[in-house]
Amino acid sequence: MQTADTILEASRLTKEFFGFTAVKNVDLKVRRGSIHALIGPNGAGKTTVFNLLTKFLLPTSGKIVFDGVDVSAQQPAQISRAGLVRSFQISATFPHLTVLENVRVALQRKANLATQFWRSDKVLDTLNARATELIADVNLSNFIDTPAVDLSYGRKRALEIATTLALEPKMLLLDEPMAGMGHEEIDRVAALIRKAAIGRTILMVEHNLSVVSSLCDTITVLQRGEVIAEGPYSQVSQDARVREAYLGADHA
Amino acid sequence: MSELTDTAALAPAPQLQGKQQIWERALIFAGIAFLVAAPLLGVYPVNLMTLMCFALFAAAFNLLIGYVGLLSFGHAAFFGTGAYVSGYAAKAWGWTPELALLAGALSGAFLGLIVGFLAIKRKGIYFSMITLALSQMVFFIALQAPFTGGEDGLQSIPRGKLFGVIDLANTNAMYAFVLVIFLAGVFALWRIVHSPFGQILKAIREHEPRSISLGYDVSRYKLIAFVISCTVTGVAGGLKALVTQIASLTDITWQTSGEVVLMTILGGIGTTLGPLVGAGIVKTLEDHLASLGFPVPVLIGAIFVACVLLFRRGIIGEIENWMKR
Repeated sequence: MQTADTILEASRLTKEFFGFTAVKNVDLKVRRGSIHALIGPNGAGKTTVFNLLTKFLLPTSGKIVFDGVDVSAQQPAQISRAGLVRSFQISATFPHLTVLENVRVALQRKANLATQFWRSDKVLDTLNARATELIADVNLSNFIDTPAVDLSYGRKRALEIATTLALEPKMLLLDEPMAGMGHEEIDRVAALIRKAAIGRTILMVEHNLSVVSSLCDTITVLQRGEVIAEGPYSQVSQDARVREAYLGADHA
Repeated sequence: MSELTDTAALAPAPQLQGKQQIWERALIFAGIAFLVAAPLLGVYPVNLMTLMCFALFAAAFNLLIGYVGLLSFGHAAFFGTGAYVSGYAAKAWGWTPELALLAGALSGAFLGLIVGFLAIKRKGIYFSMITLALSQMVFFIALQAPFTGGEDGLQSIPRGKLFGVIDLANTNAMYAFVLVIFLAGVFALWRIVHSPFGQILKAIREHEPRSISLGYDVSRYKLIAFVISCTVTGVAGGLKALVTQIASLTDITWQTSGEVVLMTILGGIGTTLGPLVGAGIVKTLEDHLASLGFPVPVLIGAIFVACVLLFRRGIIGEIENWMKR
């Protein structure tokens, strides 16, 4: 079923919460190397799909295949190690660690510097060169010793992206990366996402259709837990059902 | 690094950190110097030795609450178990003190592994409730089991001869032994907190889902930290049994669990010195007030309330915060 071209495939994904079906028979194929958006109005089930794909929720039924491996029953930390790494809607940084330490936490696992409790944390300085590079890539060099809690919202996002990229993931899942941002910050984060997409695949959940218009190759539109349209922006934005979902029946 | 130069506002931070470090080091040296000189100054050594046992206990407890964000409300179970096992090994089997302590440490580790395994997947108050419930079970076993001496506990536990050579009935020798174990224990905990592993623990405390998404099995890290904490707590309990030559139900009650929470909060959660200072204050107050016939729990309660209302960072935490400004 899965071709080498598809990095992530969900088939007939369903999630019920106590009888309420939040996500129903969702099929999703993400092409390797693309920027793919999952959009939909409030309550469409975007975040549920997102949590299913990242294993923070277990599906009621359905199958998820990542990079040729069935990950339906895997643990969230497991699929992260396989190269599918998520971000969070509310910027997920380690607030009382500095920018440098935040990025190093991500580097520690692969460097085998995570479980050693008998060594001085000075050995982590060996990760500084790589961490500094990653931090420079997201333009945070001036804040390298700043605790994450003191960063602006947009910079927290940038730090989160640097931390995620430190894992060298094959694929990134971004949960509403532009939520709560002003125009200027949206542009900055969009640029970062474009940069991060080089050589990898990105699936992002977004509420706002216009934000993803220029950024994404493929857009999947969810409504009431079901896929109602899929394709490039030019096609999806003309779809009658999508227009109805976003603007209400009167405008359709 | 040249980009750093244009951020003048950030410049003072490392400098202050350096000042704080010097201050902390001075305090540590003063503390060690005091502990070494104390018997010569005429401080009653048994009190000081007991205090060191509780300080080590509080430091081990602080590893969990301060660096992993886990409030264990049953830590006396590991302290008491360490005391009983070390006491029993020394008394009934005639083990030398270092082996008895090792037995106490292993018993703490083993019990910690069981309790941790059952509790670690729960968060917040649920974790605390499970540790409390399980520690009450341990208390009940200590009360009923034939080898613990029931209400009487284990009494006149021999201190024995260290490595079969040095007689610890000699107070100075015992004091030196306790001091060495205490410093080694505190150093070990400090090393763990300031290790690559400790850094991951802090990350988990700061943002658990993010740590998972970075590929860390957080339950495993928490369990390792829990077992380490319980092991050191077992050592502290065993040491206490050798110092006071008694292992009793008091060591294992939930009140003792509560006391260690108070010591840590009073001194400062998540600071190296806080639990030691907190234990020092609480134990000293208890010793002095008990001899005056003052109802100690009243004062302990008042301190607790004052702590929560007035200085939530604890004594050392407030000082550190003040130094940073």
